[in-house]
Amino acid sequence: MIGLQHYLVVSAILFVMGVLGIFINRKNVIIILMAIELILLSVNINLVAFSAFLGDLVGQVFSMFVLTVAAGEAAIGLAILVIYFRGRGTIAVDDINQMKG
Amino acid sequence: MIQLIVLLPLLAAAIAGLGNKALGKLPAKIVTTGALFVACAMSWMIFVPFVAGHAEATVTPLFTWIESGSFDAQWALRVDTMTAVMLVVITSVSSLVHLYSWGYMDEEPDQPRFFAYLSLFTFAMLMLVTANNLLQMFFGWEGVGLASYLLIGFWFRKPSANAAAIKAFVVNRVGDLGFMMGIFGTYLVFNTISIPEILEAAPSMAGSTIGFLGYRFDTMTVLCLLLFVGAMGKSAQLGLHTWLPDAMEGPTPVSALIHAATMVTAGVFMVCRLSPMFETSPTALGFVTFIGAATCLFAATVGTVQTDIKRVIAYSTCSQLGYMFFAAGVGAYGAAMFHLFTHAFFKALLFLGAGSVIHAMHHEQDMRYYGGLRKSIPITFWTMTLGTLAITGVGIPLVGVGFAGFYSKDGILEAAFAAGGAGVGAYYVGVFAALLTSFYSWRLVFLTFFGKPRWAASEHIQHALHEAHGHDDHDTHGHGAEHDNAPAQEDAGDEPHAHGTAAHALPAGTGGYHPHESGLVMLIPLVVLSLGAVFAGFVFHDQFIGAEGGMEFWNGALAFNSHLMHAAHEVPTWVKFGPFTVMAIGLLIAWLAYIKNTDWPQRFVSTFGALYQFLLNKWYFDELYHFLFVRPAFAIGRFFWKFGDVGFIDRFGPNGLAALVVQGNKITRRIQSGYLYTYALVMLIGLAAAATWAMTR
Repeated sequence: MIGLQHYLVVSAILFVMGVLGIFINRKNVIIILMAIELILLSVNINLVAFSAFLGDLVGQVFSMFVLTVAAGEAAIGLAILVIYFRGRGTIAVDDINQMKG
Repeated sequence: MIQLIVLLPLLAAAIAGLGNKALGKLPAKIVTTGALFVACAMSWMIFVPFVAGHAEATVTPLFTWIESGSFDAQWALRVDTMTAVMLVVITSVSSLVHLYSWGYMDEEPDQPRFFAYLSLFTFAMLMLVTANNLLQMFFGWEGVGLASYLLIGFWFRKPSANAAAIKAFVVNRVGDLGFMMGIFGTYLVFNTISIPEILEAAPSMAGSTIGFLGYRFDTMTVLCLLLFVGAMGKSAQLGLHTWLPDAMEGPTPVSALIHAATMVTAGVFMVCRLSPMFETSPTALGFVTFIGAATCLFAATVGTVQTDIKRVIAYSTCSQLGYMFFAAGVGAYGAAMFHLFTHAFFKALLFLGAGSVIHAMHHEQDMRYYGGLRKSIPITFWTMTLGTLAITGVGIPLVGVGFAGFYSKDGILEAAFAAGGAGVGAYYVGVFAALLTSFYSWRLVFLTFFGKPRWAASEHIQHALHEAHGHDDHDTHGHGAEHDNAPAQEDAGDEPHAHGTAAHALPAGTGGYHPHESGLVMLIPLVVLSLGAVFAGFVFHDQFIGAEGGMEFWNGALAFNSHLMHAAHEVPTWVKFGPFTVMAIGLLIAWLAYIKNTDWPQRFVSTFGALYQFLLNKWYFDELYHFLFVRPAFAIGRFFWKFGDVGFIDRFGPNGLAALVVQGNKITRRIQSGYLYTYALVMLIGLAAAATWAMTR
């Protein structure tokens, strides 16, 4: 029987993969965007799992919102990326350090 | 009228000082000098009724200054006999010095400032002498100190002038501390600072004691000694005298006005003004006598070996102030004020005369480079001779006719002898100092005006000659025609080095230089002051020191001791002849040493080398103070600077904090890499920490 715990474990694995994708990734910004998607998806899984477990639809409604926001976020992120690439000619993470004081 | 006398100089000083360059030289000079002459005329109008004996002391209130509980200080102008005497002295000398400065400071670019300072000084001095309470007197006291500082340092580009100005100010601070503590103590004891009230209450406090520095002392002695310390500082008495000779760095008119005639006599004035207070403490009076006599002797001995013409007169001033103080110490306040009065005229005359000589000799001040000036500057010569006759006290004893100094100095000496006790000692010291006075005064005259010219060796004269060749060639030739050797001299002058040697070879030693008599604006003050030097004693001696006349004249303005003055007239004949005899001996020695046998001074120096060095170095007072106070003060200062401030406060204070911030930033700077993922990591850690904290709370 697949219970709540299994969902939560999968969600946790996805979350950690997303986080590590942000930190360890030294390649390019697209991977960071994808990692963020992963994190959001792990959260969605949590929401849906708890919603089913508690019998409360609000969780699933939330996950719908999250998906929408995530889509918007991905669109904006990619748009920024395109502009950035036009300006700098690169999207390598190691070259993006303008915030250094 | 008294308001105008006091405030006109202030107004003139404000106009000249604030107008400064915008106003220009001539208006500044006219305003200040004019104001002073008006004040002078009004002062004489106040003084004459006092001499005639039908004027009462008045107090003119101006406005309230401080009112706090029982403490009450008013601005008020007190006019009594003492004030009237001082008014005349101050405004007369000041107006003449203003006029004299027209000539003496003619080449100075900064004249409005100079005249503003002079007038400011006059105002402060007038505030001092018209004070009706100790606080206003202190205001004037500090005001004259400030003006003195500004004027000594008038040539502020000269380091020695700055040093002298600072020295004068600092040494005076020592005295002023005493004066301030005296005022505090007086208020503590009498609960008032009004001078008449203090003097009225003083006798009742005699014999009481006061706690001071943990011991019980006689109240009046403590107060009088503290006040006298202030007088010592201002009047350059032994111990606090070191600033006065250095003050000669200032322009000569300043020396005449401030450091001879008026400001330095403020101490004498203060002691006389508070004389009923001093009368209650024999100890304090003894101390005043001792210090006065010691200064008198000390300064006279040093004066005999100085070579700078102004310094000789400065030590002479110091010595004469000593006379005034021991006169006050033995109770002859009238005689002290009389000497103050006459001294102002002849000492201002001597200083202005010296200024005229310096002017003629192109700012050479060393008497060794003078000589034979009698014929070149005859009016200066004659007026200075009159001044010298006055200061040495030339006159005929018993008959009682003589120059100003004769009346006042002999009056002091006779009163000292008549007072008995310490006074007799002071008499002998005073007579010996009179011998020295006569010697150094005539030495000055002989070195300057008699003998052969020794000008050629002077750097100033050389400088003047070379300048003359540059742009005044025609003029020099014109004068050269008067002397046979002069043209050859001028030919040699075309080569600067050859010039010097040729000048030395000349038998006349003039170096081809021709001193000029000063202009009329400088000669008028000399002539007017020499009238004072000749007649001031003769005209006023009965009012100032006569047994009956004095009683009437002073009219309670000071503690006039009629019995003492009476006794002074009754002293043995040899006492009266003492000062006259030593004056003649001093003149004789000076004549022998500086005219007859000019090798005597050299032989004296080689025989008594140690004594000469001791005197030349002013008894080593400067060196002693340098060792005792200046060096330790510098050492303490350096300790606090290097260790206390730099080593401790700066190190752990501002600098320490700054270093801490820098070090801390070096560490935190590493976190700010600029990479997105490190920020994300930090955010995550923070989030995790916050979540953990929220859950485990």
